[in-house]
Amino acid sequence: MLTLAQVNKRYPTGDLALTDIDLTLPAGQVMALIGPSGAGKSTLIRCVNRLVEPSSGSIRLEGSELTDLSPRQLRSARRTMGMIFQEYALVDRLTVMENVLSGRLGYVGFWRSFMRRYPADDVAEAFRLLERVGLSHAIDKRADALSGGQRQRVGIARALIQRPRLLLIDEPTASLDPKTSRQIMRLIRELCAERHLAAIINIHDVALAQQFADRIVGLRAGRIVFDGKPNALDATTLTTIYGEEEWNKQEGGIQAESAVEIPTYSNWTGPQSTLAAAGAVR
Amino acid sequence: MSRQSLAAREHWRRPSLIARPWLRWGLTLGALVYLLLALSSVDVNWQRVAEGASRGLNFLAAFAQPDFISRRGDIIDGIIESLTMTVTSTVIGVALAIPVGLGAARNIAPWPVYYMCRGIITMSRTFQEIIIAILFVVMFGFGPLAGMITLAFATVGFMAKLLAEDIEDLDWRQVEAVRATGAGWWQVMNHAIQPQVMPRLIGLSVYRLDINFRESAVIGIVGAGGIGATLNTSINRYEYDTSAAILLIIIAIVLLCEYSSSHIRRWTQ
Repeated sequence: MLTLAQVNKRYPTGDLALTDIDLTLPAGQVMALIGPSGAGKSTLIRCVNRLVEPSSGSIRLEGSELTDLSPRQLRSARRTMGMIFQEYALVDRLTVMENVLSGRLGYVGFWRSFMRRYPADDVAEAFRLLERVGLSHAIDKRADALSGGQRQRVGIARALIQRPRLLLIDEPTASLDPKTSRQIMRLIRELCAERHLAAIINIHDVALAQQFADRIVGLRAGRIVFDGKPNALDATTLTTIYGEEEWNKQEGGIQAESAVEIPTYSNWTGPQSTLAAAGAVR
Repeated sequence: MSRQSLAAREHWRRPSLIARPWLRWGLTLGALVYLLLALSSVDVNWQRVAEGASRGLNFLAAFAQPDFISRRGDIIDGIIESLTMTVTSTVIGVALAIPVGLGAARNIAPWPVYYMCRGIITMSRTFQEIIIAILFVVMFGFGPLAGMITLAFATVGFMAKLLAEDIEDLDWRQVEAVRATGAGWWQVMNHAIQPQVMPRLIGLSVYRLDINFRESAVIGIVGAGGIGATLNTSINRYEYDTSAAILLIIIAIVLLCEYSSSHIRRWTQ
C-alpha cells in the first residue's frame, strides 16, 4: 500500500539524511524501523507525510503519488496518515477532548474548528476512542495534567480519529517506563489489528521491536542495511546496523560485583533474550 | 596540555572568560582608567546643588499636604483622558501587533514578510515615546489623539517583538502534530500556536497597559493630553501641592495595575 522508491533527502546544511530508500509496506503490516540516533528514521517517516520534503524519489500511497501534491491535496493525503510522536506532542494547554478532536482538523472547516463545533459523530467517535484507550474520565483535563502513558494514549486516539490507513509512529516509548512502554506497544498492535492498519514504528528498543513488529528494517547512515523478520535479527545484523558491540556478552554474569544493575537479565538465555538485554540496558 | 597535567596533580581552576592574561588584565585596567577619567570630567557646581536642594525640599514638603480639592475638576478630567488614551491605545496596539508579531517570527513567516515585519518593529522601537509624541503632536495638534496614536505605535513594536520571540521559542512538535492531521494554516495557528502563546500574550498586554498608563503621564508633558498635561500645568504654576496630589494618584493607579496584572498573569498560566 505504501511504496518508497529511490527516496533521497539532503538537508540544506548538506547532510545527506536518506540515500536511495526503496521500501514497500503491504496493508496491515506493522514494521519497526530501528537504527542508531541520526540514522534518518525520523526523517524517513516525516518524508512520508511531508513534514519533511524529500529531495528526490517517489512515495506512493495506495497508488497516488505523494511527492507532487498541491497544498490542498497534501492536506487530504495527510488525513489518511495518522502520526504518533515521541514525547506525545499534545497541545499542552488544550483539553484532552480538544486534542483528540484536533485529529479531525483535516476534515472540518476553519470556523467549525475555531468555535470547537465538531460534527456530532466526530464527538461520539472521540469519546469512543478515549474509552477504548481507557481515558474516558479525563475528557476535560488539560493535556499537561496527564502522566506520560496517558498522554501517549491521547496521542494514539488523536491519530486514530483521522480514520487513517497508515500509522507513522515516531519513538512512541522513548520517554516511558518499561511497563508502560509494553502496554503502549500492545495497544498500538491491537488497534492496528482491529482496524487493519499498516504502521511504521521508529523505535530504539530492539527488544520491543522484536516483540511487537511483523517486520524489522534497520537503517544506518541513511541506508537500509537490514530488512527481515524479527527472529532473523542476530548479533551480526545488529553489528551491521549499530556498529561493533559485544551483543551477546552478559556483563552481569562475568563481573559479579557490578551485577546489581538488573539481576533478572543474567538468568535469561538464548539469542532472543540477550538481545532483549542489549536493547533494554542501552 | 599544562591544564591537563595540572589537573592530574589535583590543581584545577575554572577556565577564565578571557583566556589570554594580558588581554584580561589590560581590559580591566582600561575600564578602570576610563571610569576614573569619566568621573573627573563631570564638573559639579556645589553651590547650585545646595540652592536646588531647598526647592526640592519644598516640592517634597508638598507631599505632606497634597491638594486634591482645589483643582479637582482638572485632575478628574486628566485622569479620565489618560485612562481612555491608555485603554484605546493598548487595544489598538495589541490588535495591530498580532499580525506583525506572526510575520516577524522566523519559524512561521516567509523571508519577505519576516523582513518587512522586523522593519516595522525596529522603526517603532527605535524612537522613545516622547520623540514620537512630539512628532504626532506636530501632526495632529495638542490633545489625547496624538497621545493615543503615539502609545499605539509604541505598543506595536513592543508587543510584536516579544510575541515573535515567544513564537520562535514554542514547542515545534506540537505544531508538527497538528500539521500532520491535515490542518490548514489558520487551523495550525488556532490549534497549535495560539494555545502556546496566549498566556504570554495576555500577560504582556496587561503589562503594556500598565506601561501605557505611565507613559501617558509623561507624554502629556509634551502636549499629548491626559494627566501629564495637568501635571505640567500645575508645576508651571508652582502649585506643588496639586502636583503632589496628581503624582500620588498616578502612583496609586500604577500600583493597582501592577497588582492586578500579576494576578491576571498567574491566572492565565
